[in-house]
Amino acid sequence: MKLLVANGYLIDPSQNLNAGKNLLMEDGRILGLLDRSEPAPEGAEVFEATGLMVAPGFIDLHVHLREPGQEYKETIATGAAAAVAGGWTSICAMPNTDPVNDSAAVTRFIIEQGQRAQLANVFPVGALTKGSGGKELAEMGEMKKAGIVAVSDDGRPVPTAEMMRRAMEYARGFDLTVVDHCQDSSLSAGGVMHEGRWSLILGLRGMPAAAEEVDAVRDCILAKLTGARVHLAHLSTRGALEAVRRAREIGLPVTCEVTPHHWTLTDEAVSEYDTNTKMSPPLRTLDHVGALLEGFRDGTIDAIATDHAPHHSDEKALEFDQAPFGITGLETAVGLAFDLVHQGIISLERLVELCSTNPARIFRLKDRGTLRANALGDITILDPQLEWIFDVSRSRSKSRNTPFDGRAFKGAAVATIVAGRVVYLHPEYAKITASKQTELAAGR
Amino acid sequence: MENRFNRKHLLGIRELAAGEIVHLLDTAETFSDVSRREIKKVPALRGRTIINLFFEPSTRTRTSFEIAAKRLSADAVNITVSTSSVTKGETLLDTARNLEAMAPACIVVRHSMAGAPHQLARMCNAPIVNAGDGSHEHPTQALLDALTIREYKGRIEGLNVAIIGDILHSRVARSNVYLLTKLGANVKVAGPGTLVPAEFAELVEHGLRVEQRIEDAIEGADVVMILRIQRERQNAAFFPSMREYAIHYGLHPDHLERAAPEAIVMHPGPINRGIEIASEIADSSRSLILDQVANGVAVRMAVLYLLAGGGRDDMEDGKARQGKNGKRGRKVSKT
Repeated sequence: MKLLVANGYLIDPSQNLNAGKNLLMEDGRILGLLDRSEPAPEGAEVFEATGLMVAPGFIDLHVHLREPGQEYKETIATGAAAAVAGGWTSICAMPNTDPVNDSAAVTRFIIEQGQRAQLANVFPVGALTKGSGGKELAEMGEMKKAGIVAVSDDGRPVPTAEMMRRAMEYARGFDLTVVDHCQDSSLSAGGVMHEGRWSLILGLRGMPAAAEEVDAVRDCILAKLTGARVHLAHLSTRGALEAVRRAREIGLPVTCEVTPHHWTLTDEAVSEYDTNTKMSPPLRTLDHVGALLEGFRDGTIDAIATDHAPHHSDEKALEFDQAPFGITGLETAVGLAFDLVHQGIISLERLVELCSTNPARIFRLKDRGTLRANALGDITILDPQLEWIFDVSRSRSKSRNTPFDGRAFKGAAVATIVAGRVVYLHPEYAKITASKQTELAAGR
Repeated sequence: MENRFNRKHLLGIRELAAGEIVHLLDTAETFSDVSRREIKKVPALRGRTIINLFFEPSTRTRTSFEIAAKRLSADAVNITVSTSSVTKGETLLDTARNLEAMAPACIVVRHSMAGAPHQLARMCNAPIVNAGDGSHEHPTQALLDALTIREYKGRIEGLNVAIIGDILHSRVARSNVYLLTKLGANVKVAGPGTLVPAEFAELVEHGLRVEQRIEDAIEGADVVMILRIQRERQNAAFFPSMREYAIHYGLHPDHLERAAPEAIVMHPGPINRGIEIASEIADSSRSLILDQVANGVAVRMAVLYLLAGGGRDDMEDGKARQGKNGKRGRKVSKT
């Protein structure tokens, strides 16, 4: 089966491509690029993309899908549905499920559930240590064979430098990227928000920026010691980005990601004790937000990831201290990333690099993150000008924990293609295309 | 300045305007007379139910609210919820809905976790009074402290106030800082470095200083407020020992020589004698600890009267008219 994405504007940083061309896919892979003047190949279905940007499929390095074990929050199928609605063709599932993904059996289960859903590609991330307990190494080799793409004890930061060192040394042997949630738990213990003026006003226990910064520095030093590929998850502080910058300067293979909520909101958002502003790492101050924006400009930040963390509304209705950390993010991330484009902080090319090219490289996802011939037919189609409002009651996720309900956005992923198949079409865009086709038909 | 209080809830002092605070204090002053009468009761809230919802044990504050409600002729119901049972199943939301079904005129909430009264206020229709939430605020404590200061000093504006102790965890310190600076006092706070964060000075725009030494905070103070120190803080490594705390951060008679000549000493209670305050000060005429307790009832009567439908429209010149006016209060149907 052939699919032609016609009349779009192709953006592919993997080959410095920036051109109005047609993209032809067959049997789930990219066949090649055609000039717009070339006629559509016989039998090809045509996706009309006039005025739209066509990018290699977006890859979210950091989501929590809750299955197995907490299906009341999210399932792999609902998470994947939210992903494609947000423009993500691939999602990397963190291992803090119940049971923890620390074995090949759980890894295979996650992959199978992902295949059953037939929406986004679901790539499991395996645990670093058994049960993410921080004491014994997990069976990384067996999990790698079963299909994990990285290892991490996300959510339960590796407590000792010794354990992290061994994990890095061992992961290196399987060419696995080590992902760390940088947080010195002794400094952040009991904290529920960023430590600073607002935590003092609200009387809530703070987590100092230093808790993240200390661990980020530790991980960079251990990357040097072990030679492992290290990816620092959802960085939120000036000091952690500075650590990455310095590590890069001396050539260490250290990369990092940032989430949309950390550059969009500050700790002031907590002021009404809305538990949908409680996440870890916490929302920081304007100064840290400024550091993130600098990191986007100067290239320190490699990837945008959502840290999609669904929780049931009953759990979020608890006291601020008791409510769980995290918000959903799959459906709002690309819209929030377009804010950066419209504010002139990043270019469209950089947006694609942050959401597709670099994530594919960081987790070594073969034949993804590019529009080259023979790559997999994962495509994200963007309308930078589309204005829309996020209505959480229509979210594909099972959970509703977002601080962005009712927010207005400019720019969206309007269609998501996975393995050559259109798995999502934005409702606004469906209307637009329908009217365009009517116009075209009338014109003829 | 026109002084009014038209809010639905009393969640904290931070959001109040100076005029609202003065109105609350003026109303409380008129209610202190009631407590001096032989028959300590007015019919202002007859037939109305006040629920004291305590998620954190507190005999003093609960009793104070209960007496205040009874002196207003309201039906006071005490509900004590252990937070451990809450975490097992019943959420804050369930509790709120259950209470709502009982149609209270006002819910007084004490909770060990900051923000719980705010969350209840969003979930309930009934007016909420914050009777202390975690390390956040304790508005009625600040009001009773201010009433006490006004009684002895005749004013708040221009006074120098020192607050000494565990500032970091103290809701009393926060509410007092807001109230006193809004009414024009100069506040200095001091205590061990682990319990007095430097950023605390950014809590308000002006009128607040963080001092390293308690002697510097007390220098020239008209009012010295001492906070209770909790032994748990020693276990969490905030200070080495109660002994060391008593020596370096406890209030001793020689400290008061630095204070203004007529300086008064206050403490929200219950006091740790010989730890944060020397017994000879606690028992001296400078100590207003018992006045604070008495004023607590008057302040809570004023708050309940204003929130539970005592009739905001019944106010004239910031004075509550009692006695027969209580009847008028009942007629006014609010919310």
